[in-house]
Amino acid sequence: MSTLLSVSDLSIAFRTSSGVVRALQRVGFTLRAGEILGVVGESGSGKSVTALAILGLLDAAARIVSGRAEFDGRDLLRLRRSELEDIRGRDIAMVFQNPRAALNPIRTVGAQIADVLARHTPASTAVIRAKTLEALRAVRIPDPERRSRALPFELSGGMCQRVGIAIALSCAPRLLIADEPTTGLDVTTQAVIMDLIRDTARERGLGVVLITHDLALAWRYCDRVTVMHAGHVVETAPRDALFARPRHPYTEKLLLSAPSRAVRLDDLEAIEGAPPDLRRDDLPVCRFSERCSRRGAICDEPGLSLEALGPDHFAACRKPL
Amino acid sequence: MTPLLQASRLVKTFAISRGGRQSRLRAVDDVDLIIAPGEAVGLVGESGCGKSTLARLLARLIERDSGDIRLDGAEIGGVSLERFTASPDRRRIQMVFQDPTDSLNPRFSAFDAIADPVRVLIKPRSRAELESRVFAAADRVGLAREVLPRFPHQLSGGQKARVGIARAMVVEPKLLILDEPTSALDVSAQANVLKLLARLSHESAVSLLFVSHDLNVVRLLCDRVAVMYLGKIVETGRASEVFSAPRHPYTRALISAIPRIGVRDDARERLDGEPRSPIDPDPRACGFHGRCVRQREMCAREPPELRTIAPAREARCHFPVET
Repeated sequence: MSTLLSVSDLSIAFRTSSGVVRALQRVGFTLRAGEILGVVGESGSGKSVTALAILGLLDAAARIVSGRAEFDGRDLLRLRRSELEDIRGRDIAMVFQNPRAALNPIRTVGAQIADVLARHTPASTAVIRAKTLEALRAVRIPDPERRSRALPFELSGGMCQRVGIAIALSCAPRLLIADEPTTGLDVTTQAVIMDLIRDTARERGLGVVLITHDLALAWRYCDRVTVMHAGHVVETAPRDALFARPRHPYTEKLLLSAPSRAVRLDDLEAIEGAPPDLRRDDLPVCRFSERCSRRGAICDEPGLSLEALGPDHFAACRKPL
Repeated sequence: MTPLLQASRLVKTFAISRGGRQSRLRAVDDVDLIIAPGEAVGLVGESGCGKSTLARLLARLIERDSGDIRLDGAEIGGVSLERFTASPDRRRIQMVFQDPTDSLNPRFSAFDAIADPVRVLIKPRSRAELESRVFAAADRVGLAREVLPRFPHQLSGGQKARVGIARAMVVEPKLLILDEPTSALDVSAQANVLKLLARLSHESAVSLLFVSHDLNVVRLLCDRVAVMYLGKIVETGRASEVFSAPRHPYTRALISAIPRIGVRDDARERLDGEPRSPIDPDPRACGFHGRCVRQREMCAREPPELRTIAPAREARCHFPVET
């Protein structure tokens, strides 16, 4: 399969009143057409910042220190605003975490889908209207004529997220970035939404970056998984390899803390300590080393990078499992 | 053994007006629930099923419409909320809320948050007594002393969750009602909080009612589980048995929707659609009718009762799944 998105050497810092936050350091991964790549990690690991950077949605306090995000042979990080606006919504779409907050509260959901269609595929009102209803049908919203006239507050959280996905998929994008698309939804609704995303990826060759803290969700839906910790990519591997034989100690700890794998409560292991404060000037070479039981002198030598440890399997660790 | 808490035929409705017409939303619809001393009971279901309303009724934070709530055999459901708050029973049922950020007063330090219920409910005679109770509670939940002067914004998610648990435990309750206490936490912090709750329930014989939509967590922490749908309890049983062999079609669909690491389940049962409206529900139909893969004609005209279908196992279904 061809590479759809290639992120490399991405470093981002935020200026804050209490110092510079080194949010991402040399983050890299690739995504192929038709593939679902999971990006997992604890809060603050840099998952969402990575997504926002790709879409050019970082706020003014952020500075891109280095890196590229190649899509279609173009570096998204160096496009002019007008070029980015043509791509966003048409070729690259995003689904946000809180569906109700991501929708405009005072416009009907049908109008919000129509806005995106009119921006990227101008046509007569009747054609836009037909496409709007088609987009609602595609996400299996019952009675789309009536629901298209609803305001977000009139719909359940699950329905709002379906609208969010309808907006994202309305212009048939090739890349979808979904940031915790089902957090806060019921498991039954989560299954419906995620099945929908997966079916679309399979049918249309859509590439999906699925950002989640839920390892079991990544297991069920992803082809490959990238693990992030404190602004670093620590491991990337095909799903089965990552879950069966994690090579980075952090990945192993993360798996041991997941309730879905435990048979008894005693099987659960918490990860000791917390990720380092990313404002520190003396951040260690390996940002996991201060929490790691395998740490040795070699871990403090500079030049840590992702190394190939198996087919399509990479980890950034001097003492891999 | 007398149950610690026994709720019978508990009903809570809310008046709503739709298009000028008065209707009743039946949030909790004729619920029976028993919690034994020292037992950990999980209450699960989708959002809107009434589980949080039931938790608040049992915690006596809101008034029931009808039904009994017995604590150690004594009826407390009929006591007005004001009188209950002033009664010694208030200490015996305590609640831990969902979002530790929203449920802590931002202007109270961790110490003050834990001390507040002591001041109100125990009325300590001296500063020394207050401090010793607060320190003991902090120790039990694993909060370091140096953390106590800090305010919520200076605490991590896991620490805030511990403050929430400590301020409930500090008055030595018999029943702790927890509404999604770990849903805002990272998995690593969640593991510690779950182990803490299990330890508290063993060490201090406190009963837990654990309300959650995360069935994996309930499976690990609870002895027994009650599944709610549209205001009613549809299945109860030992947690391990309900998870390995659900008998109500809704429970089965709910459990098959949870992703599990290592389980390939592309052909699993799918539950589409949404629950029916709890506003003026059809009293004749089973609440799950319309969404159920096993429904037959009688399910639309005869509401099923919650009945015992196996030892320590109840299901509200005419056609429960065979084992």
